[in-house]
Amino acid sequence: MAASEYTMRIWRGDASGGAFCDYRVSVEPGMVVLDAIHRVQATQANDLAVRWNCKAGKCGSCSAEVNGRPRLTCMTRMELFPPGETITVTPMRTFPLIRDLVTDVSFNFGTAKQVPPFQPKPKEPDGTYRMQQEDIDRVQEFHKCIECFLCQNVCHVIRDHPEHKKHFAGPRMFVRYAALEMHPLDTDNRLELLKEKMGLELCNITKCCTEVCPESIHITDNAIIPLKERVVDAYYDPLARVFRKLTGTR
Amino acid sequence: MVENEYETHEFDVIVIGAGGAGLRAAIESSAQGARTALICKSLFGKAHTVMAEGGIAAALGNVYPEDNWKVHFRDTMRGGKFLNNWRMAQLHAQEAPTRVLELEEWGALFDRTEDGHILQRDFGGHRYARLAHVGDRTGLEMIRTLQQRAVRQGIDVFMECTIMRLLTDGDRLSGALAYWRESGKFVVFKAKAIVLATGGIGKTYKITSNSWEYTGDGHSLALWAGADLIDMEFVQFHPTGMVWPPSVRGILVTEGVRGDGGTLKNAQGERFMFKYIPELYRAETAETAEEADRWFTDRSAARRTPDLLPRDEVARAINSEVKAGRGSPHGGVFLDIATRRDPEYIKRRLPSMYHQFKELAGVDITQEPMEVGPTCHYAMGGVRVDADTEAATIQGLYAAGEVAGGMHGANRLGGNSLSDLLVFGQRAGLAAARYALGLTGGVRIDAHQVETLAREALEPFERSDGENPYAIHQDLQECMQSLVGIIRIEGELKQAVDKIVALEDRAKKVRVEGHRQYNPGWHLALDLKSLLAVSKCITLAALERKESRGGHTRDDYPKSDPHFAKINVVLRQKKDQLGVAQEPLPEMPEDLRQLLEEKK
Ligand SMILES: Cc1cc2nc3c(=O)[nH]c(=O)nc-3n(C[C@H](O)[C@H](O)[C@H](O)COP(=O)(O)OP(=O)(O)OC[C@H]3O[C@@H](n4cnc5c(N)ncnc54)[C@H](O)[C@@H]3O)c2cc1C
Ligand code: SF4
Ligand code: SF4
Ligand code: FES
Repeated sequence: MAASEYTMRIWRGDASGGAFCDYRVSVEPGMVVLDAIHRVQATQANDLAVRWNCKAGKCGSCSAEVNGRPRLTCMTRMELFPPGETITVTPMRTFPLIRDLVTDVSFNFGTAKQVPPFQPKPKEPDGTYRMQQEDIDRVQEFHKCIECFLCQNVCHVIRDHPEHKKHFAGPRMFVRYAALEMHPLDTDNRLELLKEKMGLELCNITKCCTEVCPESIHITDNAIIPLKERVVDAYYDPLARVFRKLTGTR
Repeated sequence: MVENEYETHEFDVIVIGAGGAGLRAAIESSAQGARTALICKSLFGKAHTVMAEGGIAAALGNVYPEDNWKVHFRDTMRGGKFLNNWRMAQLHAQEAPTRVLELEEWGALFDRTEDGHILQRDFGGHRYARLAHVGDRTGLEMIRTLQQRAVRQGIDVFMECTIMRLLTDGDRLSGALAYWRESGKFVVFKAKAIVLATGGIGKTYKITSNSWEYTGDGHSLALWAGADLIDMEFVQFHPTGMVWPPSVRGILVTEGVRGDGGTLKNAQGERFMFKYIPELYRAETAETAEEADRWFTDRSAARRTPDLLPRDEVARAINSEVKAGRGSPHGGVFLDIATRRDPEYIKRRLPSMYHQFKELAGVDITQEPMEVGPTCHYAMGGVRVDADTEAATIQGLYAAGEVAGGMHGANRLGGNSLSDLLVFGQRAGLAAARYALGLTGGVRIDAHQVETLAREALEPFERSDGENPYAIHQDLQECMQSLVGIIRIEGELKQAVDKIVALEDRAKKVRVEGHRQYNPGWHLALDLKSLLAVSKCITLAALERKESRGGHTRDDYPKSDPHFAKINVVLRQKKDQLGVAQEPLPEMPEDLRQLLEEKK
């Protein structure tokens, strides 16, 4: 099969500024955006900075914005775009730029440190735990998170209001909190923390996070809304029913 | 001088690598009260372990109560063609169940059996369904669980920080020199004990399931510091990597596909594995398709399918089929689960395989067969360690996980790596912490040594002309792939040695553009040193072993040789001279030997 030519318009620069650079690359069938970036790197710009590890959508390292859409570059096929088209690749917008396509995502590791750890209940007499598959299905969905931070990148609470970073854990961490709160063995309760310190209430359920999640985790419906409900049940009980009605959940 | 400026951190124990082995080691070391740092090249949580799919092997006996450590030990030794360090294989089989249950106690959620226990799946070379798993994303569950545990323990993590050299004070280990990827600045770690947990060497080959991190750094760091490497000739080619489209060639297709009922076929639709059953496995392998299929539901009356023979056997069989002209359109064979299991089952058991083929190859694995072929996957060889403590042959150095050698002998069974990481990670962390805490007096950094190394590392920026590091890396990968691949022969191996020497000369003149800040060209230029060092080790060891065994197949010596059955090939660097030696395997005690004879 024939190769086609594309122009890769890649953001080059660092915290102090930068510009787009155009690179012509030939693309064979099956190539993904990350392959095209690597081709530029190997042949035209050895110092082009980009993060990646698995090249199979499993590690969440290669997040960037392709033609303005937040994506894993290793799972975005070039065939998606008509041959000859110019493909624009920019770093995730919400995080401070380090260089080229690489951003400083340390915010997310910081909020991870604030999550109160798993507190299991005692084991069965035989020294193991018993759990039914249906009781862990939901939490296993949350455990699929590959920490690509694309959801954190698109959430307007962080994106448009960097000042919120201090008291807003963000969708990725809400998934994490939900995983702990719904874990059949966990005994801790993190609702007050979520309400008081993690900014759960700042989320107004726009679902932008869910739309970009490459693991198709139902971040809003399955994690955030149930957490909000639990908070409501615990702290504003009389209003619970009204709330449910408004958000259309049970 | 710029290179004079570096920050210094002091710890009792530094763990290099934050995959399963490194995390487990750091958790143990810090639990022992040692001040512990965890250092990794990528972001935290992105190590290779995150990619592991199929599961963790542990004789929990949840699905087959007949299973126990003795059977697991026996399977591991047979899979490794009896070249394994017997003591490691024993400890591994005995301790894996405890380590898996510990993960559950730390929050991991494995798939369940009907009665609520951890479910186990079939994998190649394991007599019983033995792999604890979470769909086909077991590694992700494992790394997150350990990562969160490490955070809970407050371990200091240095991410995107690459170790370049181990430092010595006289003949004592004193720390390591690193650079930050972000800034390109140097960092010195002062440490009493060092645990290597850097993973493998796959990036020396062109077709591989491994990521950019697998440049053999830990192997090389150990070698340069004077420690022994063993078994470097044994490189595992996983039989089922993707072959099409070209840009995804090598990406792994988990053995879980075959464990869950998938079967290999050639272009004529023949289930060819029945033709390739080796003597050692004949008695326990099905002879007909009917028997093989029955085995999935009835273990008592049928023998196991040859699709689940150990990886070395399956990889060679695929190689032969393709050579004989019975391959698939793109030079692999077919792996079919679509006609054998219903779509719902496939999507539930193998969600990421479904996704991977759909997204990357446009293939729906519930409707069509996959095309697969061998891909470089795992290094059996590595740092020679003491089985109980994972201590390397120089004081203060430890190694665990894929970077360590011995545990898997000539061929690793699927699922035995994740368990290895936990068992020996824990042991290495414990031993390193005890050693460091017992040591009196501090360690001293030799500033002159640091400066020399730092200056050397910056040389590629200073050259006004020189070669592109990517070109050298590509040539090395071509060389290893074509001359030191699945089937080897003396003439080609010698050719490879010459080529590697020539590449070493070219690498000395490599030039990089730009500045030190997050510069992948420069990082690769530095990685070339370790890539070339391990490539040489693999090739020299392959020349030395004049027989075929496990992951090492010699066209000119197609049979196993009883002489080499008792030998480890050892690589050791003394004063810049790389030496190769044959040394006797540790002797196995009689009671364990008997386990290998027993049919059960
Ligand atoms: C696709 C795939 C699927 C697999 N599936 C399975 C499976 O189902 N079951 C199984 O048992 N095994 C499986 N394996 C094998 C197994 O995943 C690996 O062998 C194992 O994860 C290696 O773990 P590790 O802790 O030794 O190293 P890794 O997890 O690779 O971690 C290495 C660490 O070392 C760091 N590092 C390396 N060099 C340096 C340096 N110079 N300075 C600082 N840090 C450094 C890296 O950043 C990383 O943090 C699979 C492998 C692959 C590739
Ligand atoms: S749903 Fe909430 S968390 Fe998700 S993007 Fe919208 S505001 Fe952010
Ligand atoms: S929840 Fe989804 S989008 Fe967010 S970090 Fe995890 S995988 Fe990425
Ligand atoms: S490189 Fe791992 S998700 Fe893209």
